[in-house]
Amino acid sequence: MLKFIVKRVLMMLPTLFLISILAFVIIQLPPGDYLTTYIMQLESTGALVDQAKIEELTLRYGLDKPMYVQYLSWVGGIFHGDFGYSFEWSRPVGDLIWNRLGLTLVVSLVTLLFTWVVSFLAGIYSATHQYTLGDYLISTLGFIGLAVPNFMLALILMWFAYSAFGLSIGGLFSPEYGQAPFSLAKLIDLGRHIWIPVIVLGLSGTAGLIRTLRANLLDELDKPYVTTGRAKGLTEKRILYKYPLRVAMIPFVSTVGWSLAGLVSGETIVAVVLNLATTGPLLLRALQNQDMYLAGSFIMMLSVLTVIGTLVSDILLAWVDPRIRAEGAGT
Amino acid sequence: MSDPVKEFEPVEGEEVVESRIYVASQWKLMWWRFTKHKMAVASGIVLLLLFLLAIFCEFFSVYDPNTYDSKYSYMPPQRIRFFGGPGPFRPYVYGFTLKLDPETLRKRYVIDTAKVYPVRILARGEAYKLWGLWTVHRRLIGVGEGHLFLLGTDRLGRDLFSRILYGARISMSIGLIGVFLSMVLGVVIGGLSGYVGGILDRVVQRVIEVLRCVPTIPLWMALSAALPAHWPPLRVYFAITLILSFVSWTGLARVVRSKFLSLREEDFVLAARLIGAGKMRIVLRHMVPSFLSYIIASVTLSIPHMILGETSLSFLGIGLRAPIVSWGVLLQEAQNVRTVTVTPWLLIPGLFVIVTVLAYNFLGDGLRDAADPYGQ
Repeated sequence: MLKFIVKRVLMMLPTLFLISILAFVIIQLPPGDYLTTYIMQLESTGALVDQAKIEELTLRYGLDKPMYVQYLSWVGGIFHGDFGYSFEWSRPVGDLIWNRLGLTLVVSLVTLLFTWVVSFLAGIYSATHQYTLGDYLISTLGFIGLAVPNFMLALILMWFAYSAFGLSIGGLFSPEYGQAPFSLAKLIDLGRHIWIPVIVLGLSGTAGLIRTLRANLLDELDKPYVTTGRAKGLTEKRILYKYPLRVAMIPFVSTVGWSLAGLVSGETIVAVVLNLATTGPLLLRALQNQDMYLAGSFIMMLSVLTVIGTLVSDILLAWVDPRIRAEGAGT
Repeated sequence: MSDPVKEFEPVEGEEVVESRIYVASQWKLMWWRFTKHKMAVASGIVLLLLFLLAIFCEFFSVYDPNTYDSKYSYMPPQRIRFFGGPGPFRPYVYGFTLKLDPETLRKRYVIDTAKVYPVRILARGEAYKLWGLWTVHRRLIGVGEGHLFLLGTDRLGRDLFSRILYGARISMSIGLIGVFLSMVLGVVIGGLSGYVGGILDRVVQRVIEVLRCVPTIPLWMALSAALPAHWPPLRVYFAITLILSFVSWTGLARVVRSKFLSLREEDFVLAARLIGAGKMRIVLRHMVPSFLSYIIASVTLSIPHMILGETSLSFLGIGLRAPIVSWGVLLQEAQNVRTVTVTPWLLIPGLFVIVTVLAYNFLGDGLRDAADPYGQ
């Protein structure tokens, strides 16, 4: 098992390297380099261009040097927690992103849990009650979950909450907790607000997982060992939970990585609509203002988050499924 | 003489059916299986209708999508009525009068039953150029005087119904072109990776893994935000299509690669190789046809992602831009709750997105089942 984990972690390194290149390319995408944008920004607001500051920045990011040197100095900085400088906020990027990334992670993980619980229950029900009204209802809901763009779902929910209950929903915290330091009360307040984005984000993933679990479970339930179990006189419950369910559950674990990427991706746009203090709105703003170190760092860190998610899911999978462990250690 | 014939008839009929199956081509078998899938057939018809609307959107729309009249801003949808009008079964709409709410000073439209506008079929409306080629005056429906806003109007008083139809042209075509591009990329790269193997395979696999690790929407956002603001609309359209397919070819490449890997070991490929067929011939003549149906199914299933992607980007304001009308651009008007509560009809373009995505999903499911030779 340890060998498998080490091997898997080593495999992650080239992926991370390629991701950092991609993020760097994104930083370089807008025309002109970072400083020209910065100076233009300053001039447009009528502020004085601080020559010393510009020279300092040029030196720090090696902007007068060739591209690969710039890349190296950027990547090198990341290892010291220096992600570059956001000219829009006049602060180091590192100060801006951690809080936001943390909240994104919280929302995504809660959504993942929600997805699991709901699709686990609904999937089992659907498979054991095939072609009943409940099954059709779940399938229909699932299809709607797949088809409705999640930002629209957010809008509809907001509209519904407003017109039916006069509530204005949105945000992750009540205004009085927004800037407050972390406390139990703040956590409870988060719990009150988080369910809307969780439902909005979770619906499509839940729909997909329900379909997978239903299909897998139906396949398993057809297999001879289930008949054997039944012939031996096991109760239906025991037959279901003891073996077929465990096999059918594999996609739950194996898709953690990808579904995390999907959640983080969907979270970006839902956060803009629901006005959450996560990465989404800040990333959008950074991109619109070409605050590229901020935008690039977000994309880099979101991807790293997903890579780690995939790693965890692979390790979990190897832990659950001995066949994979053997294959991973063998080659 | 006649009795035995009658007796044998059903048996002969069965044999005919069976031999029909034996001699039918792969595509014919698939078609038969597909038509059994009612939902998929219905979805196919819905999509055909949508495409028809999109292709002839100039004819089906009531107004030009950019005709605006701020006098009619935020008009609610008008209902076409059939009874109690100018004559039996002569459809008509009522006009609206504008009222100012004395307290909130908000504009409100009140149905004015005194104004009756008969709806005409093939009415003379604003002149338009069909496909930019021929000048035509007739539109499918229209009213002589007054206005016909089937789905209401937006902030500038533009007819939402017409704009949705024009949006269909952009949104539906972006899905098709985007998926075509990613299919070409996916099949070529995935095929090479699966067939050649070795170091190329490893590199390609790694690149795919990286692209799949980067969250899609942030990556799309970053790429499309980098498009210069001064680009003409058409170029932005193609650039967005490229960006969408830049990310989504990976899924197809994986499908194609795994198919190639499993097919490479099949007996019929070995047989072809022993006979002395060239590499290209084996790939194109023997391998590709055997998984083409899978590709068609997964391509169909990936079109919705394209459409949703375009909608999301445009909704955020970094996708397609103003002179172009797409469903996402239209939804941009419904960006905050206040608009949605006061003018809920601005969400209707989203309904079209949902219907289209659902239809593609059902169609893709049906195609996948039909393409599976081991299915029922």
